[in-house]
Amino acid sequence: MEVIGSRPSPGRQLAPGRRLAVDLTAPFSIAMVALLAVLVLLPMFWLIVTSLRDGDKAFTLEHYRHLFVDPAFVKPLVTTLWTSFAVGAICVATAAPMAWLVARTDLPFKRVLRMLILASFVTPPFLGAFAWVLLGGPNAGLVNQWYYALFGLKPFEAAPFINIFSAWGMVFVMALYTFPYVFTFVANSLDLIPSELEEASAILGAPPLRTAANITLPLVLPALLAGFLVAFLQSMTLFGTPAILALPAGVDTMTTKIWSLFQFPPQLGLAAAASLPLLLITVVLLRAQAAIMGRKGYSVIGGKGGGTRLLKLGAWKAPALVLFGFVLGCSIVLPYGVLLRTAFVKNWSGPVAGNLSLEHWRFVFLEFSQTKVALINTFILGASAATAGTILVTMIGYLSLRKLVWGHRHLAFLATAPVAIPGIVLAVGLFLSYTQPPLVLYGTLWIIFLAYLTKELPVGYQQIASSLKAVHPELEDAGRIFGATRLRTLFDITAPLIRNGVIATWIFIFIGSIRELSATILLFTAKTKTISVTMFDLRESNDWGPIAVLSITMLVITFLMIAVITHFTDRRLA
Amino acid sequence: MTTLDRKWLAAAGIALAAPAFSQETSPALLAAAEKEGKVVWYTAVDVKVAENVAKLFREQYPKIQIDVERAGSERVFQRINQEYQSNIKAVDVVNSSDASHFLFWKQQKWLAPHTPPDTQKFPAQYKDPEGYYFVWRATLSPIAYNTNLVKEAEAPKGYQDLLDPKWKGKLVKAHPSYSGTSLTGTYALTKALGWDYLEKLSKNGVQQLQSTTAPPKSIASGERAVMVDGNEYNMFMEIDAKSPVKIVYAKEGTPFVTSPTAIFAAAPHPNAARVLQNFLYTAKTQQLLVNDGGARSVHPDVKEPANRTPLKDIKLLADDPAGMLPQIGEIKKKYTALFGN
Repeated sequence: MEVIGSRPSPGRQLAPGRRLAVDLTAPFSIAMVALLAVLVLLPMFWLIVTSLRDGDKAFTLEHYRHLFVDPAFVKPLVTTLWTSFAVGAICVATAAPMAWLVARTDLPFKRVLRMLILASFVTPPFLGAFAWVLLGGPNAGLVNQWYYALFGLKPFEAAPFINIFSAWGMVFVMALYTFPYVFTFVANSLDLIPSELEEASAILGAPPLRTAANITLPLVLPALLAGFLVAFLQSMTLFGTPAILALPAGVDTMTTKIWSLFQFPPQLGLAAAASLPLLLITVVLLRAQAAIMGRKGYSVIGGKGGGTRLLKLGAWKAPALVLFGFVLGCSIVLPYGVLLRTAFVKNWSGPVAGNLSLEHWRFVFLEFSQTKVALINTFILGASAATAGTILVTMIGYLSLRKLVWGHRHLAFLATAPVAIPGIVLAVGLFLSYTQPPLVLYGTLWIIFLAYLTKELPVGYQQIASSLKAVHPELEDAGRIFGATRLRTLFDITAPLIRNGVIATWIFIFIGSIRELSATILLFTAKTKTISVTMFDLRESNDWGPIAVLSITMLVITFLMIAVITHFTDRRLA
Repeated sequence: MTTLDRKWLAAAGIALAAPAFSQETSPALLAAAEKEGKVVWYTAVDVKVAENVAKLFREQYPKIQIDVERAGSERVFQRINQEYQSNIKAVDVVNSSDASHFLFWKQQKWLAPHTPPDTQKFPAQYKDPEGYYFVWRATLSPIAYNTNLVKEAEAPKGYQDLLDPKWKGKLVKAHPSYSGTSLTGTYALTKALGWDYLEKLSKNGVQQLQSTTAPPKSIASGERAVMVDGNEYNMFMEIDAKSPVKIVYAKEGTPFVTSPTAIFAAAPHPNAARVLQNFLYTAKTQQLLVNDGGARSVHPDVKEPANRTPLKDIKLLADDPAGMLPQIGEIKKKYTALFGN
């Protein structure tokens, strides 16, 4: 009997690659570390240096003094903190019961509800804010119009039902597109907790609510806290929503304040100093979140237990569905509806009858000269950031997960570090790094490309890492034993196995890039406009029709991409 | 200095000022422009008006692609200065509703002199004496209201009326940090009525928008009842579209805002820039601005539509770019402290 492989064919034995190839893994890895350091650390370096320099490049603490003494900065900081806290609290209060209902009860329509929650997860928050201007403008907003009509009231004489142009309006809209984070955290955690403990409590005679409060709540507390922190961070770093909803009410947040410091003449030292509190808060909260999630707490959390017994809701079904109806109605149904309506009527606040028109579509796609430039730029940026990002994270993931070289920890750290850098802060750093020699990239698509690439690295890395972890190294080792080089193993064995993961990564980065606003807003020039900043420009002159048309375009692209992902991941499951 | 020296200097000045480009759109200039194939126009005019002008340009000069970059005047100013600071020369022709921008750019020596043939007919006060910029369009920044929400008898007659508590929460205004028209108008108001007027106004619940193109759209949709400032040309467009709005020319006077255009010396498409600049001042383009764009033109051959109040019947608060220029930072700062960003 011949043992396969024990006596390789002469051809394989003489494989030239085997003898000639130098293992390039180590120098390659060092190059990767250097590349990531430039991407991530250089902007942060200039951020800190600029914040400590005066006009003559001498050392000064003046910017920081200004930041903590001048009410023009203290007030936005306070606003940012309390509104982010409020968003976090509201998200926990609504998303946690929603997650429990989906995971633990016989709630109907779960599949549809989960899909709608996914939809609000991928809706760019600034699109939601645009839609809510049309819905919740105090007098002409449609919701208020219905309210006035329903109670026979007149605008201005009676107080509006909601005034979206306010700090609380902003909190409301932020919460609508942030709650999916908390939902996902809690739902995932509930999936991992076996329901036996809750069943034991029920058998011992505790009513369902008491069981939820005494047993389930403590078990999911870490997930709740983590979800709260992520919601807090999301809200704190948003730019579009506060700029659209809070600025008209004269309320500034830190992000809008940083943006206004870029008005001519730009006050870069102050902008850099104002960015650092956001960066520090993010780093601290993310560490706290990691600590909470890392500490498993209760040993029951681990492998999934037996089948979860679903609690019968009975008469509670209706109120439970009302909760879902309210949240998803406000985050998806009403906003999407109003965007569609606005795109197809002449005057957005008028009745639909006799008002229908394709004028805005004609304007956006045939007359508006920025549409083409913005669409092309957005696609170039999305595709190039996705391609470069996918290649980069795949290589980093491979090097660090296979622990091939010394320093693999640094690689993983650097690739996930940008998660702690808010978009607008990254943009300030990039602006400072690349408007001065040796590398002047401002005014080109490159600087925006760098922003997207850096910002999306963590998302891409998480994606690819989970795919790579699923491929057991033994498969690659087998390839190496048979004499293939590392590169060849990578291409012939690993690559086909992680193909779907790679496609998903590409699309995740693409979707994240085409909706980016908070970094682009500081980095774009006339030639390098994207769809998101074009919409933002249109907002400043209240051109809602064209905004609605571009919003719908963006949503269609996003959902098409998601359909592609689902297609591939479903095949992987099958 | 001798007379001879002075003559020599003047001649040198003329030689310097007289560019290698012909002033009118000669076949040679057009050929050179078509070779460049493109012109980049930064403008503060309403986006639809801008695209209409671009469309007319495309019809006349199909071989020159025109890129329109529209933003508020202060944003246009900020972008150009930011670009020039980073050594990016993208803009060919610029239009801004803040006439003081042209003083600044001229001081920086960033502009190129060029006299479009039609501007020779313009009254002297609408031309830069050295030929760097000319008033392309003018507009007023009047008060206006929604006629469904406010009865004519109760409508404000002037700025002092807006302090009446009955308007609390119903007013809307553009922002001088974004809009050149709002800046020019706000400065005129502070000169006519003083800062304490604005301080009182800020306590009357004014909704703050950015562009002066926005308040007319806001009152037309019924979102707010009365606008404190906003473009008269957007009001005309709303009235033509049968929106329920009416203009009030305040008894204290209405800010008159001129909006020049100019060519940049470092324009990447210098010939196409001159073709566009000449085109912008022709009677045909000016008439388009007046008819479709609701603007006021200073071109003597342009006719005003019958349903608009003639300029001579309106009490005007003239703009004063030279007086405003040194105070712009201060105005924006004071205003933002009162009204927010």
